[in-house]
Formats: sequence, C-alpha cells, structure tokens
Amino acid sequence: MTDMTAATYARPAPAKSAVKYKSPTARGRLPVLILFLPPALLLFTLFVILPMGEAAWYSLYRWNGYGTPTEFIGIKNFTVLFNNAAFSQALINNGLIILISLLLQIPLAIWLAMMLAHKIAGVVAFRLIFFLPYVLADVAAGLIWRFVYDGDYGLFAAVAGFFGVATPYVLADRSLAIYAVLAVIVWKYFGFHMMLYIAGLQAVDRSVLEAAEIDGATGWQKFRYVTLPLLASTVRLSVFFAIIGSLQLFDLVMPLTGGGPSNSTQTMVTFLYTYGVTRMQVGLGSAVGVVLFVICVTLAFGYKRIFMRHD
Amino acid sequence: MTDTTSGIKMTAGTRLYLYASLSLVACLVLVPLMTTALGGFKSLGDLRVNPFGLPHQWVWSNYTDILFGERYWRQMGNSLLIAVISVFLTVVVSAMAAFTFAHVKFFGSAQLMNYFLIGLMFPVATAILPLFIRIRDLGLLDSYWGVILPQVAFGLGMSILLFRNYFRNLPDELFQAAFVDGCGYIRFFWYVSLPLSRPIVATVSIVTFVNSWNSYILPLIMLNTETKYPWPLGIMVYRGEFGTEWQLVLAFITLTILPTVIVFFLAQKHIIAGLTAGAVKS
Repeated sequence: MTDMTAATYARPAPAKSAVKYKSPTARGRLPVLILFLPPALLLFTLFVILPMGEAAWYSLYRWNGYGTPTEFIGIKNFTVLFNNAAFSQALINNGLIILISLLLQIPLAIWLAMMLAHKIAGVVAFRLIFFLPYVLADVAAGLIWRFVYDGDYGLFAAVAGFFGVATPYVLADRSLAIYAVLAVIVWKYFGFHMMLYIAGLQAVDRSVLEAAEIDGATGWQKFRYVTLPLLASTVRLSVFFAIIGSLQLFDLVMPLTGGGPSNSTQTMVTFLYTYGVTRMQVGLGSAVGVVLFVICVTLAFGYKRIFMRHD
Repeated sequence: MTDTTSGIKMTAGTRLYLYASLSLVACLVLVPLMTTALGGFKSLGDLRVNPFGLPHQWVWSNYTDILFGERYWRQMGNSLLIAVISVFLTVVVSAMAAFTFAHVKFFGSAQLMNYFLIGLMFPVATAILPLFIRIRDLGLLDSYWGVILPQVAFGLGMSILLFRNYFRNLPDELFQAAFVDGCGYIRFFWYVSLPLSRPIVATVSIVTFVNSWNSYILPLIMLNTETKYPWPLGIMVYRGEFGTEWQLVLAFITLTILPTVIVFFLAQKHIIAGLTAGAVKS
C-alpha cells in the first residue's frame, strides 16, 4: 500500500486524481476488512497457533488426553525424552538425512542439472523422468521400495540370487535399514533439487563462462570458479529445503520400516507418532512437538540470517 | 541456457558420456516403477523367480479385480473430495486475506501478515496431538472436515504470501480507474483482482491439491472408519491385509499412482513450475 501511494505521488499526474483515488479507499475499508479477514484469521488461529501453544502447555503435564490435564510434572517429559535411546536415535537419523542430502543428493542434483543444460536431444524427457519420483506420494514410493528391498520377492532378492549370495533382508537388519531408507530419500527428492539448479543455471550469464574459456579454463575450473559461485544462492536454498524436509520426514518411513527394526530408523516425527499418538501420551508427544518446533524456528531464523541475508 | 561447452562443438566422447550417465540415472528411477507395474501382471510364483522381466503369463485379473471392486474407487473418490474442498477453501480464504494485505491500509496490517507467516515455519506434525484433541472436542473426528480444516489452515501462510505478492504487482492504474468509476473494494476484488490472478490461483491450487492428495499423517490421525479413508491410508490397509501377496499389492499401488503419473505428464509444465515456484517463493 505504501509503495502504491508513493508511486502515485511520484508520477507527474495532477494532485486531483490522487485525492479522488484516495477518498473511496477510506470509505469502503471497514466492510472489506470485516468480510475478508476473519475466515483466514479464525482458521489459522484455531488450527495452527492455538495447537502450537497448547503443545507447549501439554508438554509440562502427564496426560492421556481425556478430561483436562492436571498432573503437572514440569520438564520431566523433556528429561525423559532426552534420556530415551529411541529419541536419540531419531535425532541421529535426522542428522544423517541432512548429511546425506549435503554429500550425495545435492551434488547429484547439480551434476544432473549441469548435464541437462547441454543442448542434446531428449533433455526434456530426462528432466521429466527425474522429477517423477518427487510427484509421487511418499507412501506410494515407500511401498514400492519395500517391494524392491523385499528379501523373498523383490529386486534385491533377484540381484542377490544372480550373484549367488545369500539374500539380504535389508529392512529387517538393524544396521542396514537406515541406509536403505536414506537411499529411498535420495531417489525420491533429488529431482526437486535438480529443478532448483536448472532454474539457477538458466540465470547464469553465458558471457562469463565464455570469458573463462578464452582465458583457458578447463571444464572443471569453469565449474568450480564460475558456475558454482554463481549458483551459491540456489545451493543455500536447496540445503534449506533438505534440512526442513528431513525434520518432517514421516510418510516415507512408515511404509518402509515404521521406525523399526528396534527403533533403528525412527525420525523425530515417527517417534512422535509411535510414542505420543498411538500410546496417547499427550504430554510426551507434545514435548517432541515442542523440540521440533524450536529446531524449526531456530533454523528458519538462524539459517536465513546467517546464510541467506544477501539473497 | 548455460551451455558449458559453448562455442566448441561437442565431441562424440562428451555426447556418449552424457547419454550414458543420464540413462543410468533414468534407469535407477524407472526400474522400481516398471517392476511395480509389471509385477502387478504376474502370479506370485512368477514374481518370485522373475521380478525383473516380462510376466511369463499376463495375469490381468490382479488389475481387473481391483478395478471392478468398490474399494479402489471409493478411496480415490475420498481423496478427490478432500483435495477439491481443500483447494477451494484455501484459494478463497487466502485470496481474500491477501487482498486486504495488498490493497487495504489498516492499523496492524504488517503485524497481522507476520502472524500468518509464522505458519510457514513449522510442519503439521509439531502440533498434531493438540490438533487431534481440538478436532475431537469439536466433534469433527472421523469426518472429512477434521482433515480439511487443519490442512487448509496450515497451507494459509504460504498461499497468503503468494497471493499478496501477486496482487501487489498488479498495475496501480487499475485501482485508480476502478475507484474513480465508483467501484468498491469487494467488487474490485471479484471483477478485477481475481480474474487477473489466474496464474497464481493455478500455483496455489496445484500445491494445495498435490499436498492434500498425498497427505498421510493428518488422515491417519483424524479418520478411523475405513470407508472414509483416502488412498494413502487405504493402500497401507490393503498392504496390511494382503501381506505377502505382493502381486496384488503391486497392482494396487500401480493403479493408485496411475492418475498422478498421467496428470503429471499431461500438465508437466504447470506442475513443475507450480511445485518449485510454490516452494521457492515462500
């Protein structure tokens, strides 16, 4: 609104028009505010803000969800949480997911985006194929991969049979299951990151690359010293999405392992579901929600302030 | 387009390297999907000895039994209903709110906008238990509204932001002309802003629809009658029931993701633009 009036005055138009334009503004303001704002405000307050506040409140109680919470236990839910092996595992797993995004998924996405920037036939088809897993629902992708990993019927069984080794039951193996889940995460989401880099590469000025070429830069040097620095803001954005995505991961894990075997593939949200929702431990579950909330908000502010202030 | 080999003609070696790498990744993406679709045509024994290749005998009944049954259509219908109502509500409610932020000057406007932006910072999962209790106390448990209302509420932050930025960029002259002609805010919203905002309505609709169509955690917690389940829940139940009869489960998965794949290939431009723009702009 402010820039609008500023623009009006900046123009060499007669002052009269500005006056005429302003008067109905004040007159019709009330009805539009009363009609247009409350639906959004009501929905948002009732189903986003209040529940979040209640989570903070419930997290201080032991409560099974019936009646009103009366058994105040202070921060005991939080101490229980941080001494819980499954929750620690969940935190580690969330960290691992972020790590794998940084080390594998994002380099893969950049590599593919660079290749698809060449003018060769079939670029559009490849781009579509790579984006396809991202469009599929997490639940469907999880089930498909559950079949792939199945030790009796799946593709892993066939590959193992071909090489004549014993069939690995990947998803039932405590130490392997998390890596199997990580592979599915990369499979599902690399296409989204690739699209970000394709958009980023389109903004890279070709003349800079040509200049580097004339100066005798090799392909790798051009990438390392020209393209990558110019992609920096896209990299920061993509890392941000990878972190946020890791924190809310749930749908993909449930059909694959449901957090098992023996909690080795829990994430924060599957932990919340297994221990908070299915057992109706409202206090403990809300405490997980609060931890998740604090991490998200800290990240949203911290990351944007530190890494994205110039973007 | 950045062409890293600009100027120089691409050598046959580079070309080979490009196609080989791209095809390898494409195979990694497609093989699980193809085996799923083909697996649905196999018998269980066939699947066990030959998960990769074409079926020895095409068992069409795996698919037709599902297609002629009621279950598949009911789940898809439930998902569609929930998604359509969510899209409609999100577009209407957020466009109206965004309009006031973009064009109506009022006390506390900036603060109120920031209030909505809080919604961008955390996922539904953080507040899922209090949300469950609220929905239960409102008597909406096991109803579509119990899924739709929280879903719409959590989408408001991003949609309002997208709409507001778009409305702001509409040319000023429009307002001046309309207001001089005696047009009020509400008529202006209806006859000028909305018709001019089709691209952003499309973006918000696509994002909301895809989120709702694929949503799992909200229906999982809010619904408990199987006839009301949308497909992500239904498919998990189906998998639980048929356990190791993978050929049926694979056929079921294929049929449920088929609409998504078809729509994606038909409207790929809009969907890719919508999903990436929706994420980036927020």
